[in-house]
Amino acid sequence: MALALQKPFARTRYSVIPGFGITLGLTLFYLSLIVLIPLAGLVFKTAEMSLPELWRTISDNRVLHAFKISFGLSFAAAVINAVLGLVVAWVLVRYRFPFKKLVDALVDLPFAMPTAVSGIALAALYAPNGWIGQYLAPMGIKVAFTQLGILVALVFIGLPFVVRTTEPVLADLDREVEEAAASLGASRWQTFRRVIFPHLMPSLLTGFAMAFARAVGEYGSVIFIAGNMPYVSEIVPLVIIIKLEQYDYSGATAVALVMLIASFIMLFVINWLQKWSRSRREG
Amino acid sequence: MMATRNLITEPVWMRVSLTAVALTFLGVLVVLPVAAIFAEALSKGFGVYVASIIEPDAWAAIKLTLLVAVIAVPLNLVFGLVASWAIAKFEFRGKSFLITLIDLPFAVSPVISGLIYILLFGAHNFLGNWLIENDIQVVFAVPGIVLATIFVTFPFVARELIPLMQEQGTEEEEAAILLGANGFQTFWRVTLPNIKWALLYGVLLCNARAMGEFGAVSVVSGHIRGLTNTIPLHVEILYNEYNFAAAFSVASILTVLALVTLVLKTIIELRFSGFKTRRG
Repeated sequence: MALALQKPFARTRYSVIPGFGITLGLTLFYLSLIVLIPLAGLVFKTAEMSLPELWRTISDNRVLHAFKISFGLSFAAAVINAVLGLVVAWVLVRYRFPFKKLVDALVDLPFAMPTAVSGIALAALYAPNGWIGQYLAPMGIKVAFTQLGILVALVFIGLPFVVRTTEPVLADLDREVEEAAASLGASRWQTFRRVIFPHLMPSLLTGFAMAFARAVGEYGSVIFIAGNMPYVSEIVPLVIIIKLEQYDYSGATAVALVMLIASFIMLFVINWLQKWSRSRREG
Repeated sequence: MMATRNLITEPVWMRVSLTAVALTFLGVLVVLPVAAIFAEALSKGFGVYVASIIEPDAWAAIKLTLLVAVIAVPLNLVFGLVASWAIAKFEFRGKSFLITLIDLPFAVSPVISGLIYILLFGAHNFLGNWLIENDIQVVFAVPGIVLATIFVTFPFVARELIPLMQEQGTEEEEAAILLGANGFQTFWRVTLPNIKWALLYGVLLCNARAMGEFGAVSVVSGHIRGLTNTIPLHVEILYNEYNFAAAFSVASILTVLALVTLVLKTIIELRFSGFKTRRG
């Protein structure tokens, strides 16, 4: 890393293939123009605020509630995705049943669907007169326009991550190890817990972290089902939008900066988990 | 033989119940919302469905969405090819850091992706003032929507290509160069045939997201009906006006696009089993 700082983007091995300078140059240029400079602008904008001012914006009661709701529900959604996503991956890799290819393709649907479209569809389903809501309402369970609704939306958009990170690891798993465990007298549950699960752990955590990171920033699929009540069901991205609509640009920026820092941390955690996962699979 | 097989799989009741849990979960979570979209869209009959889509404001939104995708997708396609060539074919310092930077737009909330362009081009700095003096509108106009869409769809093509090209190595390209091909010939005749299916899938995903992006575009668009409304924004307006049948009709266009994207992906995977898509 120290070396990288001394001479960034210097070639470390000669190659006969042409185009290093131009392709790397174009990549860095486009990356700076579209991503880095605009993001740096956000940091500069926050720098215009004094520290007490920044602190007052972030520690405002309504903002704090939004942070608690966003991070808390995203965590809960990622836990649900980790458990049920692993079941889905397990079933897709190990069992045979009709229309398996179709089911496998369905897993990607939350990824391909526009968030606003998923949002109105979920809101319609879980509304008190909706297909699902009408059966929950007599039981006294309200989903749409409550925190439970936010949770449903976040589970929906996080679904592909755990399934897609654990699927290849499960498929690669050497069945002979399981046979060995079984022939040494381990029960199926013991084999899963002691042999299979430790192998899955890095990829499961990667999927969990990805689902969590995606959920924290999610906007479109949540706002239609959330009800958006301040202190109760208002997520952080919505707080940013509300501040923008009130022309409170520095307030919006301050909240956004906290989100951005959280995203950076998540990104580095995910990268680190992926490296761990890869070394586990190869080693 | 039979005994070991039984030892490394679960009892039948367990297999059946796990499969049932997985299918129920997917059915309720994924299949029902899609079914609901089409049911709601057609709830007032096929006439209303068609009328909601060909009505002028909806039509303007469709045209704007196509325009945005036509600009954003090719730019990110070229970037994806260029970036993955640099990253996969050469060894250089700071490579993994560069890959992390390319992933950034995935990690950032869509709302923030829109906000950064408001801060950059809004009337609060010298750039914003200069734009106003020269009567150029970026934010709350089409250029802002295009920029936010490019940001959000930035990593899609590169992320599909980089791992595949890294796996394929550099030997074939080196051989082509040593046999006298120039760089462009090598790319066109050797590299491109090797990556075309991953490239196609990356472009499909990029396009689906470009047409469906909501959060980022919602921040930079001024929500001017018939002018700066993309399809998802038009859906939001209709929904908030309690015009549900129309909202779901327009939403069904994007749902069809998502379904077509997934069908093509499945076909690509089935026909070319060497190509396995990666998600993240």
